[in-house]
Amino acid sequence: MIDFLYPEYEIVRNPDRCIKCRACERQCSNEVHKFDPELNMMTADESKCVACHRCASICPTRAIKIVKTDHTFRENHNWTNETITELYRQASTGGVLLSSMGNPKPYPVYWDKILINASQVTNPSIDPLREPMETKVFLGRKPEKMEFDKDGNLVIKKYPNLELSVPVMFSAMSYGSISYNAHESLARAASELGIYYNTGEGGLHEDFYKYGKNTIVQVASGRFGVHKDYLDAGAAIEIKMGQGAKPGIGGHLPGTKIAGDISKTRMIPEGTDALSPYPHHDIYSIEDLRQLVYSLKEATAYKKPVIVKIAAVHNVAAIASGIARSGADIIAIDGYRGGTGAAPTRIRDNVGIPVELALASADERLRREGIRNNVSLVVGGSIRSSSDLVKAIALGADAVYIATGALLALGCHLCRSCHLGTCNWGIATQRPDLVKRLNPDVGYKRLVNLIQAWNHEVKEMLGGMGINSIEALRGNRLMLRGVGLNEKELEILGIMHAGE
Amino acid sequence: MLREGEVRIPSGCAISGFFSRSGSRISGGTILKSIATMHDRSNGLGGGFAGYGIYPEYKELYALHVFYDNMTSREETERYLDRRFDIVNLSRIPTVKTSEITDVPLIWRYFVTPLPTKLANEQIDEREYVARCVVSVNTKIDGAYIFSSGKNMGVFKAVGYPEDVARFYRLEDYSGYCWTAHGRYPTNTPGWWGGAHPFALLDYSIVHNGEISSYDANRRFVEMFGYKCTLLTDTEVITYIIDYLNRRQGLPLKDVAKVIAAPFWSEIEKLPEKEKEKLTYLRNVYSSLLVTGPFSILLGFDGGMMALNDRLKLRSMVAAEKGDTLYVASEECAIREICPAPDRLWSPKGGEAVMAVLEGEKSKV
Ligand code: SF4
Ligand code: SF4
Repeated sequence: MIDFLYPEYEIVRNPDRCIKCRACERQCSNEVHKFDPELNMMTADESKCVACHRCASICPTRAIKIVKTDHTFRENHNWTNETITELYRQASTGGVLLSSMGNPKPYPVYWDKILINASQVTNPSIDPLREPMETKVFLGRKPEKMEFDKDGNLVIKKYPNLELSVPVMFSAMSYGSISYNAHESLARAASELGIYYNTGEGGLHEDFYKYGKNTIVQVASGRFGVHKDYLDAGAAIEIKMGQGAKPGIGGHLPGTKIAGDISKTRMIPEGTDALSPYPHHDIYSIEDLRQLVYSLKEATAYKKPVIVKIAAVHNVAAIASGIARSGADIIAIDGYRGGTGAAPTRIRDNVGIPVELALASADERLRREGIRNNVSLVVGGSIRSSSDLVKAIALGADAVYIATGALLALGCHLCRSCHLGTCNWGIATQRPDLVKRLNPDVGYKRLVNLIQAWNHEVKEMLGGMGINSIEALRGNRLMLRGVGLNEKELEILGIMHAGE
Repeated sequence: MLREGEVRIPSGCAISGFFSRSGSRISGGTILKSIATMHDRSNGLGGGFAGYGIYPEYKELYALHVFYDNMTSREETERYLDRRFDIVNLSRIPTVKTSEITDVPLIWRYFVTPLPTKLANEQIDEREYVARCVVSVNTKIDGAYIFSSGKNMGVFKAVGYPEDVARFYRLEDYSGYCWTAHGRYPTNTPGWWGGAHPFALLDYSIVHNGEISSYDANRRFVEMFGYKCTLLTDTEVITYIIDYLNRRQGLPLKDVAKVIAAPFWSEIEKLPEKEKEKLTYLRNVYSSLLVTGPFSILLGFDGGMMALNDRLKLRSMVAAEKGDTLYVASEECAIREICPAPDRLWSPKGGEAVMAVLEGEKSKV
């Protein structure tokens, strides 16, 4: 049986420019580039190339470019190159196809079909350079009723809330799936920005306890690295029920990534695959979730808000309403475009729903039931820019989670090969020689830059709408219009069509 | 043509109002004079007034002012009211035919009190009972619209210039300790009387100038608590916010003002610890009731009046005092017209509530 798959990407090296410095050879963890002394030239094995652009980025003479191959099967809209190749691969290995990062398929991106309003004539826009423009938000439960003491003074009932200077947080990425340096960058950036990052399900490295004030600690079905000090260390606790990239199934960290500190932090032996169970085995129903929410609250003396994170699935509105009644303070909804360090390809590409629709229907359901102020809504998967952020808030979110975007700021080139553990950018890898490529001093600064840039843009858009506080945008769907959406889509999003 | 409520109509406006703290009763003719000076701020597509203390002979009864499109809607409404209220008096509201005011609906007034047995059955307080009945008529009975429902107060409004509306309703025949007025400048033709201002629920009435940018955030929040914004106007949603916070949550009006026109975080930071804690709490809990964009409002309520500007003061609003009377208007000329030499005249800061209450009344503020 001939088992040949033509590489998807080709490396085009300009021999007039190449000075044979062999930098690409040294830098490529996938061992694509080789120097051939006999021919006195660089060669490449493109079958190993993941198109991560490391070589192209570091080549001193800009001699390399990566292009999509034009080698093709006989064209077929049903049996595409990709489908055929994947089938061959499975026939030869008998395995489940693995992928990473978010769903790349050409499903609709609703963010790109929604437009934002601006003031003209009947009310003024507000200039953020000259007037205060507020982006601070609080996440968590709010009291339903004002109470007064016998002298008529307001009694202040404090539920634990998270205070964010900008309504953006770094979403869960475990130590293990990403590197120490990536975690350090996220933690330091969150501290500097006055926002939060999320440990993911891999526990918290002891070096990072000092960033606890800006840390959300996650409790997932594997319970890796969960203990009393861990729960106490964070500002909030997140129960991970699901993830947008792989709804319905558990986390998956290959044994190659479980080395040294990671095995210690996760409290599992080195080299074992860390496979979290599909469900939490103590949660088979909504009333069980309530028990976990309250046991975590008991364990932390009701001082920390509890977030329940779910994947956006068909019945998301009803599930969100159930969670709101289970004692959770914040609901995080992760859309099907959300990233992952490793997921079965078929699940990543075919399970779940767009976060825009999930958000719109969950927010509306919570309002119909009159309980929207009892919980905050955070959405992710995927928020790509400040305009996605503005649209998410106007649809009804209190804040957003970003992860892929944050990794891009750290140098990720979206090669979608995180599961291989050989990330050339020092992010999704545990190889010390690769990890050190990501300098946390630079990394954290780039994250800070990104969020500050978004914050400026958010303020400009708010000002244009004549709004000077992001709170007045939350759920303000009149500020949005759809383009090219059908009636059903508009109805679910709760917005009008452009021109209406 | 879509009716108000089926489409959201932005409007510019003029407002004016005054309040006698000693409770002296002033003729409705005075407010007419004041609002008429700002003729150019309206375009003849809506004018209205609210008077307080105008029905002393029925001061314990709810005065319902109702527009009917036809006799059928009137009969249906009266059957509805009859089952829930003791109707002590009913009549057409006296009007005079004028060439300026056209398309006149049937305009009726009822002085009512809830039937004690019905009220007891519902297990809610009297005001909540009345409010629910009003909302029910307005949303369920086609062609009927209760536009005023407080005690010892009344709203008078129509499509037209405010001075013509005042003459139409013979406002000079009423006198009260407080009057507010509104002239509307909508950007397209609403043509429906219910859409004119003031908007009122129970004894709260609002006249407003501005176009708020937080509208849908505010609307979707208050609608969680049983309100239904049927007119899609700013005035309606602001009235519901005030009703929710003041009547249902029990928050004093000065704090309600701090929710609607919340101080900036940077200002809250500078306050003494206790004040800071309280304002942070209110802003956090009621973040969805922050109103942004330009507005100046005059809230009338039983025994008091409050004026409030948005926190950036994007709409003009002037206040003055003479003796025990407080005057507030969009423009100074509207005050000078009826009070040529005030003791004090100032321009209230954005977000700073100006309040007047009858001597001896403190309950709501
Ligand atoms: S890095 Fe560039 S110049 Fe150096 S060997 Fe590779 S292709 Fe040639
Ligand atoms: S993190 Fe690394 S391996 Fe994963 S997609 Fe980005 S560049 Fe590729």
